[in-house]
Amino acid sequence: MAISSAVDPSVLHERREQRLILMLLAPALLVVIGLLIVPLCWLAWQSFRQDGGFTLAHYARFVSDDVYWRTFLQTFRIAFVVTVATLLLAYPVAYVAASASRRMSILILAMVILPFWTSVLVRSYAWLILLQRRGLVNSALDGMGLIDQPLILVNNELGTVIATTHILLPFMVLPLYAAMQKIPADLMMAGSSLGGSPAHVFWRVFLPLSLPGVLAGTVLVFVLALGFYITPELLGGGRTYMVSMLVSRNIELYSEWGAASSISVVLLLCVFGIFRLASMIIPFERIMGAR
Amino acid sequence: MRKPLSVAMLSASLAILTVAAAQAEQVTFVSQGGAYQEAQTKAILDPVAKLLGITVNQDSAPDAWPVIKTQTATGKPTWDVVDTPTKDCIRGGEQGMIEKLDFSQIPNAADLPTGYKTPYSVAYEFYSSVLAYNAKKYGDNPPKSWADFWDVKKFPGTRALRNHPLATMEAALLADGVPPDQIYPIDVDRAFKKLEEIKPYITTWWTSGAQSAQLLADGEVDMEMAWNGRVSAVAKEGAPVKFTYNEGMLQHTSLCILKGAPNLPTAIKFINAAISAEIQANFPAHIDYGPGNPRAYETGKISPERTAEMPSAPDNAMKQVLVSVDWWSSSAGEEAMKRWASFIQK
Repeated sequence: MAISSAVDPSVLHERREQRLILMLLAPALLVVIGLLIVPLCWLAWQSFRQDGGFTLAHYARFVSDDVYWRTFLQTFRIAFVVTVATLLLAYPVAYVAASASRRMSILILAMVILPFWTSVLVRSYAWLILLQRRGLVNSALDGMGLIDQPLILVNNELGTVIATTHILLPFMVLPLYAAMQKIPADLMMAGSSLGGSPAHVFWRVFLPLSLPGVLAGTVLVFVLALGFYITPELLGGGRTYMVSMLVSRNIELYSEWGAASSISVVLLLCVFGIFRLASMIIPFERIMGAR
Repeated sequence: MRKPLSVAMLSASLAILTVAAAQAEQVTFVSQGGAYQEAQTKAILDPVAKLLGITVNQDSAPDAWPVIKTQTATGKPTWDVVDTPTKDCIRGGEQGMIEKLDFSQIPNAADLPTGYKTPYSVAYEFYSSVLAYNAKKYGDNPPKSWADFWDVKKFPGTRALRNHPLATMEAALLADGVPPDQIYPIDVDRAFKKLEEIKPYITTWWTSGAQSAQLLADGEVDMEMAWNGRVSAVAKEGAPVKFTYNEGMLQHTSLCILKGAPNLPTAIKFINAAISAEIQANFPAHIDYGPGNPRAYETGKISPERTAEMPSAPDNAMKQVLVSVDWWSSSAGEEAMKRWASFIQK
């Protein structure tokens, strides 16, 4: 049908629009290609190089060195626990923010976002002060006579999980809020008027409709947690060994970039895999909160 | 009226130009930044610049090694002299990233004992990994040796060690009864076995000097291995913290020159001046790290009290083990490093 006339004005218009969009995108695209894609490819290329030749040695260590799989296991475990913890903490907050009055919800969101403006380093140190042996939490519990021995809350995996959960909480609250805000209140009323109890309405109507937000937040938090470095370094007590620390260890240990970059390539592939899985359930644009 | 003025200005600017040309000899020196590098500026860098009439440009990197690698890979490094752990100088030298030093042009190096220099480096400043403890907790009977550190019955309390095998494995062997002069070559299996014993009692394996200081200052640990300068800084702030040089692990950073350094001749002159006894004797006035040139203690610039506090002072050095960078750069040393993470994780 469209073949009949060579120059359909609407096609022409569409092409012009596409060209305009491309031009508007060009600066950002160049930055991303120049500063992200190219270095990433260089990184991947390095991971196959040794003494100027091709090698798989940097990947063979994933099998031969038990530090590798232990580190990946611990990293994924921490990321998983952190994701579940943020979800449990963030869901009620987002729910209240979405159903409260406008002023109230702005206040709640502001309080969620406020710690964002403090650096991760400062927040990690703050947790150190709170959680250590003679820290605020232990002295308070001791003062109330609840404990005889200080609890070991930090310099281990627990401390890392607590601080990481706190740092990543906004990344869960915001997508949840965005999803919940779009759920029309009428639907809940309709559910109630048809005889559903509040719990039933929540379970059958609200929760399913909020699932895109849950998935978006889950993916974001999980992926961000995988790459954490400063927090486990400061609060892990040396025992908490995450992938990013393995990267830095390998830079020191092997005098070859590839030894470190092979790890980041594998981690990157894991992240791509996670996004792919998530996008099979919900389209990618929705995960990123575009619509 | 106008002409003479412009002539005057022209000659003035010419004069400035010639001065600039005379001062054009310069060198770029790199250290680890922070208070440590500030102290060096006053103790070493400014005096050397004045002495030689050169300009010393400074840069800093907490870990110089990756930068040395990248800079020399391009063939056009911007750094000249680096103050870095000796290991970097040796492995850099072996991989063609560090210049071999021409000792005929560094006469001051003759003051250094053989253990203090390599074909690629000269000792610059000394520090020590010492046994530090909470003086309030242990009172009159503090831990005095690594055997005491390992003795959790006689010396109860929380402990920390550095999350790194260097110096830690030496301490384990001393605790296990190996005589100080027989530490090297390190019996890696024996050291790890001894470390397994103390592992359950280690609260924290610290990774940065700041962290080790915080652990002591906040009372998070009762004893730990830490760098002497960090411990004395905590003590100065009023925390009840002390340390012993007994069975300390004496370590030093070294100066070395990047391969293809832009100012090679000046860099060599700089190194010679920087390790002279007179200049090195300035160190103790500014920081708790000891001079790399032992003859600095003979210049009369360092008071006897201050000498007693210095890790490299002859009396203190005697009680310690000089960490063998040669062993740690050997393949056995690298294997031990690789095993470390696995030991920590299990």
